Amino acid sequence: MENEAGALSRVAGLFSARGYNIESLSVAPTEDPTLSRMTLVTNGPEEIVEQITKQLNKLIEVVKLIDLSDEGYVERELMLIKVRAVDKDREEMKRLVDIFRGNIIDVTNKIYTIELTGTRAKLDGFLQAIDRNLILEIARTGVSGLGRGERILEL
Amino acid sequence: MSTELTGAEITIRCLQEEGVSHIFGYPGGAVLFLYDELFKQDKIKHILVRHEQAALHAADGYARSSNKVGVALVTSGPGVTNAVTGIATAFMDSIPMVIISGQVPTAAIGQDAFQEVDTVGITRPCVKHNFLVKDVAELATTIKKAFYIASTGRPGPVLVDIPKDVTQQKAEFNYPASISLRSYTPVVTGDVQQIKRAIQMILEAKRPMVYFGGGVILDNAAAELTEFVRMLNFPCTGTLMGLGGYPSTDQQFVGMLGMHGTYEANMAMQYCDVLIAVGARFDDRVIGNPKHFCNEERKIIHIDIDPSSISKRVKVDVPIVGGVSAVLKELNMLLKAGRETTDINALLKWWEQIELWRARDCLKYDRTANIIKPQMVVEKLYEITSGDAFITSDVGQHQMWAAQFYKFDKPRRWINSGGLGTMGFGLPAAMGVQMANPGSKVACITGEASIQMCIQELSTCKQYHLPIKIINLNNRYMGMVRQWQEFFHGNRYAESYVDALPDFVKLAESYGHVGMRIDKPEDIEGTLKEAFKLDEQLVFIDFITDQTENVFPMVPGGKGLSEMILV
Repeated sequence: MENEAGALSRVAGLFSARGYNIESLSVAPTEDPTLSRMTLVTNGPEEIVEQITKQLNKLIEVVKLIDLSDEGYVERELMLIKVRAVDKDREEMKRLVDIFRGNIIDVTNKIYTIELTGTRAKLDGFLQAIDRNLILEIARTGVSGLGRGERILEL
Repeated sequence: MSTELTGAEITIRCLQEEGVSHIFGYPGGAVLFLYDELFKQDKIKHILVRHEQAALHAADGYARSSNKVGVALVTSGPGVTNAVTGIATAFMDSIPMVIISGQVPTAAIGQDAFQEVDTVGITRPCVKHNFLVKDVAELATTIKKAFYIASTGRPGPVLVDIPKDVTQQKAEFNYPASISLRSYTPVVTGDVQQIKRAIQMILEAKRPMVYFGGGVILDNAAAELTEFVRMLNFPCTGTLMGLGGYPSTDQQFVGMLGMHGTYEANMAMQYCDVLIAVGARFDDRVIGNPKHFCNEERKIIHIDIDPSSISKRVKVDVPIVGGVSAVLKELNMLLKAGRETTDINALLKWWEQIELWRARDCLKYDRTANIIKPQMVVEKLYEITSGDAFITSDVGQHQMWAAQFYKFDKPRRWINSGGLGTMGFGLPAAMGVQMANPGSKVACITGEASIQMCIQELSTCKQYHLPIKIINLNNRYMGMVRQWQEFFHGNRYAESYVDALPDFVKLAESYGHVGMRIDKPEDIEGTLKEAFKLDEQLVFIDFITDQTENVFPMVPGGKGLSEMILV
């Protein structure tokens, strides 16, 4: 998208006005400062996804749009999660973080703050693996994605 | 060395460069510098309305009837909020317009300043695009973009919000001769493979039907459509927005389709085997319940400039994205060059079936009644104007009767709010139409409820000597609401009776116009003739009509096209 004020609200407004779902949305400038890249995750039957694609393409500030899930792609999301970690939970939590290849990036005697990167499924998996009662706070970035191999989104 | 101009000067110069002859507006604090510049020049005529909604409708009527971009100028805050209904009206019907709105000075934005609203935010969902200009150096390019975006692709309104300080600041003026946007490249020509597939389907059709909409009017494709339909001898129907895209008096035209479409148009639409949709979008008022519509098997070819209109409500077999004019030209050329012909015998049988449906005479009404039937007024208006007037309308029963009984043979003669359905549209739209077509007959078919939504514009009409003829079909009810209440709400006429109506004759006279009132069918013709003889005056004719008349046929909401209520 053009890296302009208001471009994001046009996308968000389109989704709410037409009753589409946004599961996650992540946006930041690219190597070309006049352009932003937005990765948006949505769901719906094929006709709805087709409509979403067409409607987004109509927005003047959308420069180019691809459906990553049409072909192979890689996705990553970053999650920061703050958990209560005391007594025996401290060891157990550390072990799980290792299994999921996360990092503990902040520690107090009661709390771990964990960094975890991966697909949505992996992050959801981690949340299922730990005791829900220990979760104090979660911040997820939303998914970013790229096509696999030679598949490049370029102008 | 080039001299620098103020933002206000630049704005007006841009409009002049675009060849704008009329702008419709209303002054206010944030646009004072712009008005000052308007005052100092005489290339652009400013029309002062009495309410910003009317400025938008007038610019809209101007655009629809002239094929030029309509331009409106409003101030910040309430100027913009009043304009929103008019912007949304134009957006729903894809009308090319540029709206210049004043904004509070840049330093005051976000401070809840006097007459401040988030104009770009409020209008975002009902414009094709909008801009807030924060730097005077970008003003000229932004206005160029606005005109380009408004008038290309699927047209629509574009708003340019200009803070007051930007109209004071200076910059060098360079108006770009042309512009291109990397993120906006509308297609014109259709895909050749799809066009070839369409031709094959057309040639194999046993029960073909052409269904055209407002896209034909917007893309000036009436001649191409007429050639296409006549060459193939196919039946055709038009949507409310498409009327005039094919001559309504022609035998191959089976009338308007949809909720109040003719029996023959709706039946042919439902039971055709190949449907060619041209610049139309299968909306709810046109095909009724899409599930019911899809119960019948048919192949659909859909030509439209907007890919998002294709397969939105109804899945189509051959999508052709492109300007309808360019695509029809290509189709016509290939059809003429080809050796294959249509299935003439099947077509004859299909026409026999259609004629049987047509014989049902679904638009009949009691012509012997001793009270005025609204349909008769429209029929007489058609006769007296030789079918050649520009007709605007408001929204409701009168709109449907106008569409059913005024036989539009030419495009851009029928001006109504089809998508948004805006009551109050008719009179201000007629002002714009008359401005764009001085010397032409312009009539506004309205009702006593709709006309009161922008009645203040009688004052504007006086100021600019606009000899519009107002045909007020006065049944003392919000007729279409009353009709639905009669059919679907057990005759409980909740708040649909209009009590305490003004004396429209005196009202018209108080604005310096001519007022007439009649209640006898035998007076319709004479009164209309008399009114049109007064070719320099606005005449308000108050027709006291049958209160209980309903619009037929009717496809009730949620029902299928073949499930019409008939007279």
